[in-house]
This record gives sequence, structure tokens and C-alpha cells, in this order.
Amino acid sequence: MQDIVDKIRSRYDVSEVTEQRENLTFVTVEKDQVVPLLMQMRDQEGFSHFVLLTAVDWIEEGVFQLTYILNHPGKKVDLGIRAHINREHASMESAHHLWQQVATYQRELKEMFGIDFPGSPRVDEEFFLEGWDHTPPMRREFDTKKFSEQTYFPRPGSKSYDPREYMKQKLYCDDYEEEQ
Amino acid sequence: MAQDNNPQHNDEKKIQETREKFLKDYNKKREVESPDGQKIEVEPMKDYFSQQRPQRKDPHKGVIEKFLNWARSESIWVLGFGTGCGSIEIPPLSSPRFDMYRFGVAMRPTPRQSSAMIISGYLSVKTLKRAIRSYEQMMQPKFVMALGSCTINGGMYWDSYNTINRLDHYMPVDVYVAGCMPRPEALLAGFNQLKKRIREGRAEGANQYADHFDWYKANQKKIIKDWNMPDYNW
Amino acid sequence: MKKNNSFDQSPDRSKYPENGPDNKPDIDLSSGKYSKVWQGPNHPGVTGNMSLELTLCGDEIVDAKTHVGYLHRGFEKLFERRLYMQVMPTCLRMCVPESDTNEYCFAEAVEELSGIEAPEKAKWLRMLVLEMSRLQMLLRVVPGQGGAFGLGIGVQWGMYVRELVLDLFEELTGGRVYHMYMLPGGVRGDLPEGFRERAQSVMDEVFRFAERIDNVMFTNSVFKKRAIGTGYIDPSWVDQYGIVGPNARAAGYKRDIRKDHPYLRYDQLDWEVPVLENSDVFTRSRIRWMDMQVTASLIGQILEKMPEKGSFKAPTPNALNWRIPKGETYVKAEASRGEFGYYVVSDGSAYPRRIMLRGPSYTHAIALLERLLIRANIADVGAIMVSLQTCPPEIER
Repeated sequence: MQDIVDKIRSRYDVSEVTEQRENLTFVTVEKDQVVPLLMQMRDQEGFSHFVLLTAVDWIEEGVFQLTYILNHPGKKVDLGIRAHINREHASMESAHHLWQQVATYQRELKEMFGIDFPGSPRVDEEFFLEGWDHTPPMRREFDTKKFSEQTYFPRPGSKSYDPREYMKQKLYCDDYEEEQ
Repeated sequence: MAQDNNPQHNDEKKIQETREKFLKDYNKKREVESPDGQKIEVEPMKDYFSQQRPQRKDPHKGVIEKFLNWARSESIWVLGFGTGCGSIEIPPLSSPRFDMYRFGVAMRPTPRQSSAMIISGYLSVKTLKRAIRSYEQMMQPKFVMALGSCTINGGMYWDSYNTINRLDHYMPVDVYVAGCMPRPEALLAGFNQLKKRIREGRAEGANQYADHFDWYKANQKKIIKDWNMPDYNW
Repeated sequence: MKKNNSFDQSPDRSKYPENGPDNKPDIDLSSGKYSKVWQGPNHPGVTGNMSLELTLCGDEIVDAKTHVGYLHRGFEKLFERRLYMQVMPTCLRMCVPESDTNEYCFAEAVEELSGIEAPEKAKWLRMLVLEMSRLQMLLRVVPGQGGAFGLGIGVQWGMYVRELVLDLFEELTGGRVYHMYMLPGGVRGDLPEGFRERAQSVMDEVFRFAERIDNVMFTNSVFKKRAIGTGYIDPSWVDQYGIVGPNARAAGYKRDIRKDHPYLRYDQLDWEVPVLENSDVFTRSRIRWMDMQVTASLIGQILEKMPEKGSFKAPTPNALNWRIPKGETYVKAEASRGEFGYYVVSDGSAYPRRIMLRGPSYTHAIALLERLLIRANIADVGAIMVSLQTCPPEIER
């Protein structure tokens, strides 16, 4: 794994390397270097299996973290490639030409996070949701509980508590009293 | 009937606007040319579908209704539409161990042939639209059995943005089977309960739907933004 | 051999659309040669709810689009509001027919991020539950393949044997479908007394069932005629479409995470990964049938080699104040459908920042299915979906 990381370092601006396990390493690169890096990994290093593409919302820093995970079937190692993009007008270069299933992941990200992938097939079509005209639901600022209470009819008489506080009071009452 | 306090919901104009926003091109009002060159204006939502509302069907009197109810309760034909997790317990139900056929329960492939519908678990908004459509296409009298906690109050998904919390706001429910997920034995008990209700003449869901049609429709339209279907699919 | 999906062996090229500039068939619906049919969201067999938009020329499919989202519950959003301990009973509902792989992946990810090691006995018990879960899934799918062609007898037999496995589950965990057995840090209970003997007798029943299904399904001439050559996957597509699990193994690729990245104690078991060539519906069904026997023998080995005594749960912090150190990981396991992984990101608080599930159906049921259905007969759609073992709840989450 170390030799691959060294190769990536020699050609790309790697800002962070995390060796999570002996067969899983994450590298962070710049946004515009992701697709060339993916292509190099696929064609030259043999990371031929694309595992997943997903986004993490770091609302405090105002960025989305995109994570691409690749798998090397021969060497049996996984490589995670991270990139940060701006939350405002989030947009990323599409990688749908590299693997067939990438377009599906990009469609999901467009709908759930509002990250645009120009040129990706069917990216503007509805995927999971139908008739959604609210904030993309996976963004952190979208409050699912509030939305649910306003939209669907909560059964009257049922109360909801903060689970943490409630369990503290009911299940671990000794600890709770001590804390008070 | 529960009160709805959300001001957004009660805004008829807003509902109308969202409906128009999501209307598909083939459902929009437009001008078409006939084969002989004549220009005709069509409005598919009005012209292609019937505007008829569901009709109330009063029960017969005395022994005839009792006989009919006995016959209905002994041949519950279920629409084979698995809407959520609960549908995984339906194949075991038709296997020899639980054998629902001994209770006269059978699966049918089309709503036109079936008299009962099993809402087997959570309903996302997208499925709710299809479930309503299937329910409305079924013949009267029709019964609804709701499985799982998620149809009662949302269950595990009570705070989810895409699943409904209470099924009885969108279609009349005859029997609830609680649990997550209900065991096949619970389902059989639910069928027995449904039979009992039918024999007593209390399973009048279809009439209830016809009586409170406007209330049900208003509730449905509040959450189904992409409507694109006639008001009543019969 | 008839191959529905290769463009060059077509009987009559003239009636099919020419490919347009974007390499997609150029279909003019108003010409009257094509018709559009929607299939679903009601499902044809043991697959889940998803709908297909099929464009037909006669009874052959010229274009297919999948529409998913009928089971979308927004799990990944809900996890942002759940404590790590509350995620445990929620996450397994993501894939309904085979829930234990979810539990394992989540528990393993939390353990890895927080540096807890599950005890030896717990690892063996987890392996046992994972294999039993795989077995009950295969008992649904292997005969279900025949069911998609109208051969109902195998389905009834399979359901009977599956019930026996579910009884074992009930004895061990208390639940039939959802078990909630693997906690971060270990498992919830020990093996009941006399479990080994009862499990062994069920495994004997599974082997007898495998023999019977071989006689009734794989030698059935109707089944062979319809299954052989249908839904052919070219070996070159395996990497291109991200095909994993039995679908890749049927195309000659030896891909099994239990062998490639041994987790738990799979390296201490003695078994071979079944691999076949020429991946069509028949071969994929056959490889699941072989998998089923491998799984049954693995359960026997696990019960034999499992340590008798020992703790099954490592001490964990108070579940209410359990803060996981900042970090991210990807944990994967082999489900009956292929690679099943959890990508977990922690920001150091008591609530997870992001949990993402990567299910094998995500690629199989969308990109690959759309490709496989082209030039297939409309009567084979259900069979192709079953043979890919699509599971929509894990696509939509």
C-alpha cells in the first residue's frame, strides 16, 4: 500500500493520508485532481473495482467531503479518495465515463445533497423522492423531525422525548440524580 | 377527525400551485392535431379520466346481508402488493406451516379481483400514491389490514421525512396488526379479527371512504405533491 | 446457445432501432413500432418493490429504465439523530431479507473506530449468525428462481426448510426476521443448550433439500430451456459495472470477501469458493445452489470449532455517553448477494456524522439490470431480476 501512496504523492497534491487498517487507506486530494487520479488508479495501478461514492456534510466548515472508495481485486486493498468541495453552489466533475455505476451514485448525491455533476446521465431526474420541493434532505440544515411533524399527522397523545435525556431519567436514574 | 393546525396545509392555493408545478407534460392542457388536420384542445386530467366520485353502497337488510357477510368473510382475497418490510412474512404465510388458504385467504394479482389490501409496513410518499390508486380500483366492499407499528404512529420511522405516520388519515383501516415486524401468527389472528368484523357488519371502510371522501382527498393531496392522476381512480 | 443480450446474434436486425449518436437506441414512440409498458412497483417474485419502464418491440425489450425509491425511509438522515446504540436496532432494517450483515458491519465499524475488540466467542457466534442468515436468504432465492418461471413446488419446499432455520434463529436470538443480536462489543447472548445437535439436524435437512431441488429444478427441461442463455453477463462487464458476489463468481471471477479480506474467523474454516463460467440465469442459480451447501457445511464447522466457554461481550462504555473518536472507516462483509459495506464517519460526538450503506444491489439492480434487459423477452424480466438477487430496500435505504 505504501508504494501506491508514494506514487500518488509524487504526482498529486496530497494533503492528508490516513492509514485506517492495513488494507484501507484514505488520501485527501484537491477537487480537480480526483477524476485524473481515479483514471490513473483504474488504468495503471489496477484498482478496477469501484466500491462507492458518497458525500459527508461538514456544515461547520462549509464544505462537502466527497469520498470515492476503490478496491484492488489482486492486491486485495481498498483506497479511499477524499476531496472537499464548497457547500455553496456545490458542483463536481463527473466520473460516469469510468465506471457504469458511478452515474447512479451521482444521481443520488444530486438529489440528496444537491451536488451537481454536469454531464452525468439522468442526473436531473428524480431518484428516490417524488415531488420534493424542499431543501435536499441529506443536508445538515434540513430538520427531518420538524418536517415530519409539520407534514404528516403525529398521533395525538404520543409524546416524544430526547432519547438521551429520557433514558437517563428512566433507566439510569441513579446516575442521573448524582449528576444533578 | 383530527384538526390540522399547520397553516401551510390549509392554503388551498399553494396546494394547487404545487400540483401544477409537478404536472407532467403529457397531462398538461394542450392542442393536438387529429389525423384529418383538425385542431382539438385536450385537458387530459379532465378529458381522459372520469370525474365520478365514489358512491355509498348501503348494506342489505336482515338475513341477506348476514349471508353476504358470511360469504365475504370466508373468501378474503388479498391484493399481492407488498409495500414494506412486512411483506417478507407473507410467503411463509402461504407455505404449509401457516397455510392461510385454510382461512379462505388467497393472494390475487390485480386489484379488480381482490377484496382486501395488506399495507405491510411503512409507506413512503411515493408508494402511498400507488397504494391509494390500487385501493380505489378495488371493488366494494373492500377491507384494509395494516401491519406493523409504522402504520399506526410511524414506529421506527416516526421522524422520517419520507414516510407517513398514520395510515388512517389516507385510507380507512379495518384491522391493525401491531409489531415490528408482526409474526405470521399475528397476521393470522389479524385475519380472524377481520373476519369477525365483516360478519358483524362493521367493516364498512369503503362506505366510510365515500362519506368522507373530501377529507381523505385533502389529506392525500397535502403530502403527494406530484399528483398526476385523477381524483378518483375507479 | 441462444444469447438474448448480444447484439450481433440477433435473428432479425431490421426491426430494432439503430443506435443514435449517444450510443443509445434511437426510439421513436410515435412510429407505432414500439410500446411502453410499466412493470411494478409490485414485484414479480422474490425481489422487492421497484418499477421498470420498458420499451417493447413486439415482446422484446429495446430499452429499459429502472425507477426506485418506493421504499425510501431516509435512514441515513435518521442516523444523524440517533445515538450509536440507537443506530444498532435501526440499521438492520435497511435490508429486510438479510438483516444480520447490517448488524455485523455496523458493530465492526464502531469497534474499529473506538478501539474495542470483541471476544473470541463473540466472533464465532457472529460468524454463525451471518452464515445462518445467508442460508435462509439462499433458501428463498434458489427455489425462487424456479418460481419466477412458474415452478412453484421448490418455493414451498424452500419455505419449509427456511422456517426450520428461522426456528434456530428464534431460539438463539428471539426474533424471526430482525434479530438485533450483534451489539458493538460482542453479541447479546450465548448458545442455548442442545443447539448444536438441533442445528446439525437442520443442516442435514438442508443437504437433503439441495438434492431434491437439484432433481426438480436443475434437471427440469423447461427450466433449462428458459434459463440457459437468458440474462448473459459478459466477463468483461464485471469490473465495468461493479458486479460482486455470486454474479461475478458465475462469470469466472473468484471474488469472495470471506476469502479475499478474511474477517472474523473465516480463515480458520476449511472451504472452497465455488466458481463457474458463462454467467446466465442457470449458472447464477446453480452457483447459489452450491453456495447453499457450502454455507450449510460452514455452519457445521463453526459449531464444531466454536470455543465452549468464554465471554461473549466485551465491556463497553455507557451507551448514553458513548463518544466515538473522530475518524472514518469502511467495513465490508460478504452477504449472499455480494459485497456489503458500511462507510461510517464519526465527528467525535455521541451521534454519528454519516453512515452510508453500500449494497450490492445498488449496481446490480440499476446499471446492470438496465443493460441486461435490452433484447430480453418480457417474460424473462422477473427471472433476470431474481437471478441478480435484487433487493431494493438496500438501494433506497
